[in-house]
Amino acid sequence: MSSLYENISLTPHNSMGKKERAGLTLMALGLLAFLLSFITFAGPAMPFLSGIFFTVAGGVVYSRKESRWSTGSMLLIFLGLISFLFLIFRPSALSPLLISLFSFAFFVLGAAIYIFFRFRKGEAGIRNNGITFSPLTRKNGALAWVLAVVITGFYIMLYWFPEQIHGLILAVDPIYGALFGKSGLPESNGGHYNPWFLYGFLYTVAVLLMGSRFMLKYRHNRYQLLRTASVMFFQVVFAFFIPNVLAALNHQELYFHYFWPLDYDVLFPSSIDTLMSGDSLSHFFFWWTLAISFLAVPVLTYYFGKRWYCSWVCGCGGLAETAGDPFRHLSDKSLNAWQIERKLIYLVLVLITAITALLLLDRSFDLFNESTSLAFRKGYGFVIGTVFSGVIGVGFYPIMGSRVWCRFGCPQAAILGILQKYFSRFRISTNGGQCISCGNCSTYCEMGIDVKWYAQREQNIVRASCVGCGICSAVCPRGVLKLENGPLKGKTAIQINRNEVKILDEEPIG
Amino acid sequence: MHILIIGNGVAGITAARYIRKRSSHAITVVSAESKHFFSRTALMYVYMGHMRFEDIKPYEDWFWEKNRIDLLQAYVEKINTDKKTVSLSTGNDLPYDRLIIATGSASNKFGWPGQDLRGVQGLYSLQDLENMETYSRDLKKAVIVGGGLIGIEMAEMFLSRGIEVCMLVREKYYWDNVLPEEEARMITNHIRDHHIDLRLETELKQILGNEEERVVAVETSKGETIECGFTGLTPGVHPNIKVVEGSPIECRRGILVNEYLESNIPGVYAIGDCAELRNPPPGRKAIEAVWYTGKLMGKTVARSICKEATPYRPGIWYNSAKFLDIEYQVYGSVAASGQSAENEESFYWEDAKKQRSMRLVFDRESRKLLGINVLGMRLRHNVADQFLREQWPVSKVLQHFNALYFDPEFYRNPIREMLKKFNAECNETVKALDFKAVKHLVFEN
Ligand SMILES: Cc1cc2nc3c(=O)[nH]c(=O)nc-3n(C[C@H](O)[C@H](O)[C@H](O)COP(=O)(O)OP(=O)(O)OC[C@H]3O[C@@H](n4cnc5c(N)ncnc54)[C@H](O)[C@@H]3O)c2cc1C
Ligand code: SF4
Ligand code: SF4
Repeated sequence: MSSLYENISLTPHNSMGKKERAGLTLMALGLLAFLLSFITFAGPAMPFLSGIFFTVAGGVVYSRKESRWSTGSMLLIFLGLISFLFLIFRPSALSPLLISLFSFAFFVLGAAIYIFFRFRKGEAGIRNNGITFSPLTRKNGALAWVLAVVITGFYIMLYWFPEQIHGLILAVDPIYGALFGKSGLPESNGGHYNPWFLYGFLYTVAVLLMGSRFMLKYRHNRYQLLRTASVMFFQVVFAFFIPNVLAALNHQELYFHYFWPLDYDVLFPSSIDTLMSGDSLSHFFFWWTLAISFLAVPVLTYYFGKRWYCSWVCGCGGLAETAGDPFRHLSDKSLNAWQIERKLIYLVLVLITAITALLLLDRSFDLFNESTSLAFRKGYGFVIGTVFSGVIGVGFYPIMGSRVWCRFGCPQAAILGILQKYFSRFRISTNGGQCISCGNCSTYCEMGIDVKWYAQREQNIVRASCVGCGICSAVCPRGVLKLENGPLKGKTAIQINRNEVKILDEEPIG
Repeated sequence: MHILIIGNGVAGITAARYIRKRSSHAITVVSAESKHFFSRTALMYVYMGHMRFEDIKPYEDWFWEKNRIDLLQAYVEKINTDKKTVSLSTGNDLPYDRLIIATGSASNKFGWPGQDLRGVQGLYSLQDLENMETYSRDLKKAVIVGGGLIGIEMAEMFLSRGIEVCMLVREKYYWDNVLPEEEARMITNHIRDHHIDLRLETELKQILGNEEERVVAVETSKGETIECGFTGLTPGVHPNIKVVEGSPIECRRGILVNEYLESNIPGVYAIGDCAELRNPPPGRKAIEAVWYTGKLMGKTVARSICKEATPYRPGIWYNSAKFLDIEYQVYGSVAASGQSAENEESFYWEDAKKQRSMRLVFDRESRKLLGINVLGMRLRHNVADQFLREQWPVSKVLQHFNALYFDPEFYRNPIREMLKKFNAECNETVKALDFKAVKHLVFEN
């Protein structure tokens, strides 16, 4: 029987006054002017300036008193974005320094102001209002698709067509110069631009900006504050400064917080050779990553669960937890998705283990010819390292949630997950019978774990994929969930609500 | 055996699931509101844009067929106990061997003038939610009448859309007919911090409409007129027992049931909000319109139907709620403002700035624990239950507080401050044991 309300889709009806309409019209005019400045080849200054004028004027008219700050900041963000477009499509239109200032300064400042006023005002608390309505954050929202295409496109340019974004690459070079004392564009590169500083820079800015947003949003929750401070620290120091300083010193770039198998090629014979023929730092790095992979991983995971890495240290996790936060609810919670996840992630782990082992054997016993081993290395690097973890992993944030890579692909997560499930003190405790099956925990679990499935049957949650972000616990309106470490014995037991009814012998049905 | 359940709320569905677990009886759940079970407690989050409707369904849609629980969306008009059938709105009759009535509640309306205007409603059903959505269009201001749990949820819903809210509350402080005064006062302040125009000791006199029969204002007992485009009526709920009208099933306010949750007609049971216990166990009420009661009753009745007659023994009372940003939990008995019994004393600690508090109620003579109230703090259910069941003396409870404490990691544990106050007030020198020393209470299994 069909149901009247089964498919209700509630969307708020926003009303718009005359002023707002006038404002929006002006802003549209501004946009048009911008477009003009792209297609006219006779010097872009006039349309560009009038574009700025109309947009700002429109914004001023549009903004209501109470939202003036957020509208203003949106405008700044918008201007920043427009300048980015200039950098990409008409890099020679204005001086790179000027335009780079325009874009980054406007964008970062605007975003910072927006974030501050959006999340700082009022009392602290869970503020997920309107997430399922907004075209940017709702499932299959129009803006979400736009953003996904933009990010995916950016990754594709970054990996395969860096010449297409050389304006952007040039624009960050002054920043590189200011930080590391020289140009990051090697002259010997035969006209090729190196996009990786741009990438690292944007990545770090994203983690910092969106990390600040996250901290404001969850400022009442100390677990979230500490955890976010930690991923921001690792991003800035271990992912940004140390490798760049090393590179500036003409040393090989070393990422001390990535290790095998996420950093899949450290154990490839070619890398081992490079490291072992390097200086003492390179030697140290080699033993360090080995020690982490095979000692620290099991020990730390035993005591704290997978979270010590995935939501406190890792850079992929760091981006997911900060920039990806607005999209965390988009992860698929169905049983189906879980089945796919289990197949895929272990497949990737088997793949990288097999390839690493084969290559190491090859080194000793010379199993393959040069081109075969190269194909192995390049093949994995392309399919998993580039397409899966980069293009899909980040590009699909607005469509499939923030942890697509971590959930379906990351071999490090696979190992940590097995350890977490079977050899770890970590669990999420369910608080007796307090769950009201509201669904907040499952909805906001970025790993797509149906947390309430366990909570409502009064059982602790022990899942290989849980990264211990603690958001389920934060959004639970009834205080049901607590991430904690305790004895292995009985960690998955149904929480016995030791009262007289004792009807708690529930096994899964279904 | 065919088991027919009327109502797919938490009570009916829990019964169905547990019967399935224990037997292979045929099970049919008939319900009018929606085909699939959804969480009524989460309706607010759909309106606020935290979740979509499909996110508040506790089970995926394939679950029912897989577990051979038949769902039928229809309204039951009449129960024919002598023929053992029910009559559906579709004109069909459905036979049953055992009948479980789990029809829930309906919103109270106290005959106020104007209560049937458009834009005047409570919040209970999906239909109510849809209507709220409709009337929110262009809405500038809403007035909410009644200081209960649904009222504050409604207020939060409107706030999330930037709609101004005025609340009329009869009591001296918000919900002080349930909360002790200090807690009620903290919540009252918190409500005002959120810019809700909270009017205490104020009642609704009448609701005024325009020529289109839509609400335009309310008039209060204090003679004020407050303009509004929506009036929320949330002065509580009553058992929804329309379905038993004209049948010999005995009712008072709810459907009367014995300790096996069976009505006066053998083979006909009632559970959840619509049931009224003839002899409620000590410390519990005859009608408890809460989620947890429905769940426990569902589990219990499933046993009895599966040939293991089990009396309903809900154990120690507990409940929880959230007032805007402040979480609330209660275990055992904590009397409302001014209602404490002679023998009761309480220790109350509060951090007004952080909006956290804890109250331990205990027996004046024996010092044994009777109840716990917390705001802005989470406690462990099992441990609280154990302390209350075993009637731990209050100082021992504080000594073992770290077993009770359930806030997320790295939160500031308030036990030192609490003990400072407790020791000063009660002339004691209690020290808290650290977590290691009490963890057997937590992890013991
Ligand atoms: C907004 C809101 C928030 C709440 N929050 C909390 C909370 O935080 N904590 C808490 O403990 N409790 C809360 N409650 C109360 C809790 O939701 C109820 O106690 C619980 O849902 C009752 O479950 P039930 O199965 O008895 O009835 P219901 O959930 O009401 O289910 C009964 C079903 O039977 C159907 N039905 C009725 N008559 C017929 C008929 N004749 N034929 C066919 N179908 C029929 C109804 O349409 C309904 O779908 C809240 C309630 C509301 C409305
Ligand atoms: S289960 Fe909770 S802690 Fe684990 S990943 Fe999901 S939301 Fe984060
Ligand atoms: S958020 Fe809390 S109350 Fe809601 S379903 Fe999850 S555990 Fe239960």
